[in-house]
Amino acid sequence: MAAQAEVAAAGVPAAALVGSSTADHSKFEVLKKPFASGPEVTQACLSCHTEASDQVMHTVHWQWDYTQPETGQLLGKSEVLNSFCGNVAGNEARCTSCHIGYGWTDVREEASSDPTQVDCLACHDTSGQYAKQDNQAGKPPLDPVAPGAKTITGAVAWAVNLSEAAQSVGAPGRDNCGNCHFYGGGGDNVKHGDLSSVLYAPSRDVDVHMSSEGADMTCVDCHVTEGHAIDGSRFATNVTDPHAADRLPGAASDVAACDSCHTNAPHPATVVGLKLNDHTDRVACESCHIPSFARGGIATKTLWDWSTAGRLTEDGKVISEHGYTQGNGTELHSYISTKGNFEWAENVVPHYAWFDGNVTFTLRDTVIDPTSRVEINQLHGDAADQDSRIFPFKRMEGRQAFDTVSNRLAFNHAYGPGTDTAFWVNFDWAKSLQAGMDYVGEGFSGNFGFVDTYMYWPIAHMVAPARDAVDCAECHSPGGRMVNIAGIYVPGSGLGMGGKLGLLVFMMGALGVLGHALLRVFGAARRKRGGAEHG
Amino acid sequence: MAERLVKVYSRFNRIWHWLQVLSILMLLFTGTRIMSLHPILPFQAAVTLHTLTALFLLVLWAFATFWLFTTENWKQFIPRYEGLPAVIRFYAWGVFKGEPHPYHKAYHRRHNPLQALSYLALKVVLFPAIWISGLAYLGYTFWAPADHASFWLTIVANIHILAAFSVATFVVLHVYLLTIGHGFREHVRPMITGFEKVEVSAEAEAYFAAEKPERLKEEAQS
Repeated sequence: MAAQAEVAAAGVPAAALVGSSTADHSKFEVLKKPFASGPEVTQACLSCHTEASDQVMHTVHWQWDYTQPETGQLLGKSEVLNSFCGNVAGNEARCTSCHIGYGWTDVREEASSDPTQVDCLACHDTSGQYAKQDNQAGKPPLDPVAPGAKTITGAVAWAVNLSEAAQSVGAPGRDNCGNCHFYGGGGDNVKHGDLSSVLYAPSRDVDVHMSSEGADMTCVDCHVTEGHAIDGSRFATNVTDPHAADRLPGAASDVAACDSCHTNAPHPATVVGLKLNDHTDRVACESCHIPSFARGGIATKTLWDWSTAGRLTEDGKVISEHGYTQGNGTELHSYISTKGNFEWAENVVPHYAWFDGNVTFTLRDTVIDPTSRVEINQLHGDAADQDSRIFPFKRMEGRQAFDTVSNRLAFNHAYGPGTDTAFWVNFDWAKSLQAGMDYVGEGFSGNFGFVDTYMYWPIAHMVAPARDAVDCAECHSPGGRMVNIAGIYVPGSGLGMGGKLGLLVFMMGALGVLGHALLRVFGAARRKRGGAEHG
Repeated sequence: MAERLVKVYSRFNRIWHWLQVLSILMLLFTGTRIMSLHPILPFQAAVTLHTLTALFLLVLWAFATFWLFTTENWKQFIPRYEGLPAVIRFYAWGVFKGEPHPYHKAYHRRHNPLQALSYLALKVVLFPAIWISGLAYLGYTFWAPADHASFWLTIVANIHILAAFSVATFVVLHVYLLTIGHGFREHVRPMITGFEKVEVSAEAEAYFAAEKPERLKEEAQS
């Protein structure tokens, strides 16, 4: 054991000295040249990594289509509607700027089958200067960069040096994933709530796994990849991966759940630890260990009301109001003519719900009941199901367009400079919705309204240090965090039948004693008086 | 038959009683905290104390049960009808009239018939209900994989709580009844000193005097 420990300890500095990879890509002749476009780089990559594009093209990352195994619903970014911008279809060049390919301008068609259209650099650049422009369907900004151009993170665009990027390739780091996933919904932390730019370099308090003061892990340490297929999905989430402490470190796993590494009995075998372990069959780790989300100074959007969008100044100018200053000092819109009203929040206590990992979406052909709030994605799971856990969510509130005749959610055409239908240019809902519905081939009555919606986003990142885990009394108290969770016994949240009956027994006992005592006192007093009279 | 001060509660008997008192008070205090009926103590501390105290009390009960059955003491708790109606009539009527308690303690029967019956009920109904439900509650991890475990946990917890309130009710009645008759202090003293005034036959008195002189005490304090 001692010898092994020495070897391991000695191995760390040695590895750091020589580098852990067996290939230095800056020494490859095929990469030592100027590249005029992304696909040219990919072609060079494929000259060695012959199967890479084929692998990528078989993943949801490429296809943006996903058949939910439980419901059979066809999901994926190209299909679903959400409570943020609404829909990708019809707004491609903007929305597909985050696709891991170059130039997918129509999501009604499958993404290209041309292997050179895969964007290797988006995930593998380590030079840090590779970027995707925010309206070029995935293409990077190249020389000459259009004036006013921005990258997908909202930064002013620069001319990317493709050769430098190609020679730098390595395993994906946080920025490779984060440049898209931290900015979903059109801005920093807008969509997820637990994925923000804070995670590029988080403090230990914000994320104990990703912090350099913590485990210093990157996204792909948990989201393990095989054949370019990456674990983790909010369409079919692994809420748990229970197993005992018999899985060796580094063992193959295709599940990105907490207990994949931590086991389902992660607390020490003490009186406290054993009781905490009793929770793991019902409560997801995340529910206690992510006490709140949107931590570290970047807010998340919690409400988006499209119904107020389109209000302009008297001379037809866009109105923008700043009503929220987030922790890092940045002012955020509370209203903008293009999008409507927003609400923002930081350090948000999650919404909790039973979850088995499956969801049913309100899709384009789902008839809704506009008189009540519509759930964009309905969560599956309940207390009776062994595989369900109480899981934390960001519950996004939306108010979005629907066809008041067919009672179905309406696709919009929001982005489209130069068109006469795009809402962000013309501020005309009728035109925008008609164009959106025409684009996806759905009928539209022309009559529309706005319906309140909820959309649920699983919270699984920003795991806090153990000392900051949710205190017992946050749930074990009347009106605590579990107040809306049915089918489970939560001590301290209120008396059940046994408690009420017991309290009644106790009160009756106490009253009986009191009555008995009073009668004794009266009896004694009367005897005393009687004694005096007769004495 | 003469009334003598005889040592009726052995040292173990008294230690058992008072440790049980402390444990039950601690369990009621922490248990009501867990039910959010009072805010003193953090929840986690209350749960931990509750668990540790319960385990301690179980060990104590194991010793006490062993002691009861290896000595003659278990016979003190055998219920009997003789004298029961008189005691019930006394608590329901006579006590208000200033009548004396109808029961005279004997060395071999130190509890009155109603007392013996209620202690027996406590030992065979209430305490098993609370420790069986408590152990099932504590050992949830072992049956968590069963179907509908969440539902059964609710049942177990409610039984536990109902039994706990019943124990609390017993405590109130028990303490109150000490005030009847010779008075609270007189009733508590034997459980501290071990000596109580009971009826002993002349033969027993002679036996104690000859074989167990330490069990007899001359009346000095009262």
